[in-house]
Amino acid sequence: MRPLLIRKSPADSPSLAPGSAFSWPQVGHDLGLSANGHLNIAALAVDRHAHSARADRTAFRFLGADGNTRSVSYRELAELTDRFGNALTSLGVVRGDCIFVLCDRVCALYVAVLGALKVGAVVSPLFQSFGPEPIRNRIAQAAGKVLVTSSSLYQRRVASLRAELPSLEHVLLIDDSGAGGIADTLDLATLLRDAPNTPALVATAAEDPALLHFTSGTTGLPKGALHVHGAVLTHYASARSALDLRPDDVFWCTADPGWVTGTSYGIIAPLVLGATSIVDEADFDPLRWIHILESERVNVWYTAPTAIRLLMKAGPELFAGHRFPDLRFIASVGEALNPEAVCWGLEAFGRPIHDNWWQSETGGIMIANTAALDIKPGSMGRPLPGVVAHVVRHLEGEPVTLIETPDTVGELALETGWPSMFRGYLGQPARYRDCFAGKLYLTGDLVRRDADGYYWFVGRSDDVIKSSGHLIGAFEVESALMEHPAVAEAGVIGKPDVLAGEVIKAFVVVKHDIAADEDLRLELLAHARRRLGAAVAPKEIAFVPALPHTRSGKIMRRLLKAKELGLPEGDCSTLA
Amino acid sequence: MSRNHEQIRTQVLAIVKRLAPEIDPARIIPDKPLRTQIDLDSMDWLNVLASIHEYMGVDIPERDYGKVVTLDGIVAYLAERLPE
Repeated sequence: MRPLLIRKSPADSPSLAPGSAFSWPQVGHDLGLSANGHLNIAALAVDRHAHSARADRTAFRFLGADGNTRSVSYRELAELTDRFGNALTSLGVVRGDCIFVLCDRVCALYVAVLGALKVGAVVSPLFQSFGPEPIRNRIAQAAGKVLVTSSSLYQRRVASLRAELPSLEHVLLIDDSGAGGIADTLDLATLLRDAPNTPALVATAAEDPALLHFTSGTTGLPKGALHVHGAVLTHYASARSALDLRPDDVFWCTADPGWVTGTSYGIIAPLVLGATSIVDEADFDPLRWIHILESERVNVWYTAPTAIRLLMKAGPELFAGHRFPDLRFIASVGEALNPEAVCWGLEAFGRPIHDNWWQSETGGIMIANTAALDIKPGSMGRPLPGVVAHVVRHLEGEPVTLIETPDTVGELALETGWPSMFRGYLGQPARYRDCFAGKLYLTGDLVRRDADGYYWFVGRSDDVIKSSGHLIGAFEVESALMEHPAVAEAGVIGKPDVLAGEVIKAFVVVKHDIAADEDLRLELLAHARRRLGAAVAPKEIAFVPALPHTRSGKIMRRLLKAKELGLPEGDCSTLA
Repeated sequence: MSRNHEQIRTQVLAIVKRLAPEIDPARIIPDKPLRTQIDLDSMDWLNVLASIHEYMGVDIPERDYGKVVTLDGIVAYLAERLPE
């Protein structure tokens, strides 16, 4: 039977010093921040260790899809990132310029992100499954100056867009091998070889911009949430408190750096701790993952609900003969983890799975099931040290008020002041202001807090779709569909799915005199996938004679969703 | 390649094409990992496997995912399990 509470003992968190008071200045002190105000994420993540007794410790261990492995020490990483930073400088990149990366989880990606941070450039990672339209839109919004990508992705997704992206001065190919065969691109290997390995670091400060993560809202195109170098304090503190990560650990964050988890915890946090990070270049494969956990002797594993559910689906026989004596802590993020999955960890690994909560805007983990905290399966846990959370009543046209009564649903709000809070939506100051009420950041997530202070996810307060843990805005998908000449109108919803949480479903109204048949359905699917890529395009397309609208003409996506789920259409309150 | 292999290949490509109609099967390199050549995310890939089960009657369990990475791999895997 599934327990309602998984009790923890002091042995579960021996690293915690009892009674030690938390403060953000103390975190800065622990990191050895200097009094001159200089702070650079890459300096703390790489150079600090490269100039210490830990220089030869493995920073990254890359597991190739072909079975080859490559270990990169902190010393090597410091040199590679210096070369990359100097190469950027030689190309005319200056502080504040935006660098995009779009490639597999290979060493060059990690070097590019950290090397760009060293020279004060702003880094924005893109997901490999983005099609040309999400790529174009994001690079254009940020006036991206440099793109680091592979020749295959460049030719398939970017080459045709170059004329529309005047800001994009340089495309660096990670696998051109000096061939120079593709027009208007540069070979990264040649650039790195020719660049000096002298220190590339520039003197950035805590409030200088560092990272740009695009996220989706209900309306309009994706928003670029801007983060500063000072965010590293949250990355460091939360890796210790929420993930129980320690300097001698082998850590595996399975998220792709194209998403915020894969950057904050797949690149930055483990390096700042001085840990060894596993990077698997291959796609999800249950047996491969079990083998990695076992043979790489992973101590801390940070993964996602969709992957956990797929491993559960594979059945216990997959685990037969495998042992995980090194695995100490398992955490999950992306969407609320169902209680069955939390407890499944106990059966499969002898460890429960610790759900936690955060979003692109928060930059790091805010609420978590920590090593020391008893787990209530299904809950996201409690706010981390340095994070103050509230449940608030947030209704249009009324002042935001705190809800103190336990188990009352309201919007999750966080008191401003944690270091990794986003500092703006690129070019959209009004949308940024709308996220705040006084000292509170309003997250858009609906939660309840129980009498013990545990938070429970209830739903979104808007129509944003969450598929495999990633936010997708209906508007971006609808816009792409409506570019097709046969489409009069499109409405997009998240359809509940056992594995992905939600999958994207589109309802399409075709233009007069157009036959809505199977051929057109496949053509629209191909059109959407070509424009948006597999991660954003709909998985299902259905033809409907008309879409429901509000009086002001907006598509009533909640009504579409109610119909899809067979709910009474009059009452959509359960769809929050 | 046997006639059986050719038929299986055609069936598999038809399944992939129904889920990802934008692909051009002629451009698939059969001995290179399929998912890096065409844009299939993990949900698409599960749908491909579910369709293979539904239309061809072969269940590919999780432990065998490592054997069905390339188009050649999928065809060989299915050929072993389908009647001649």
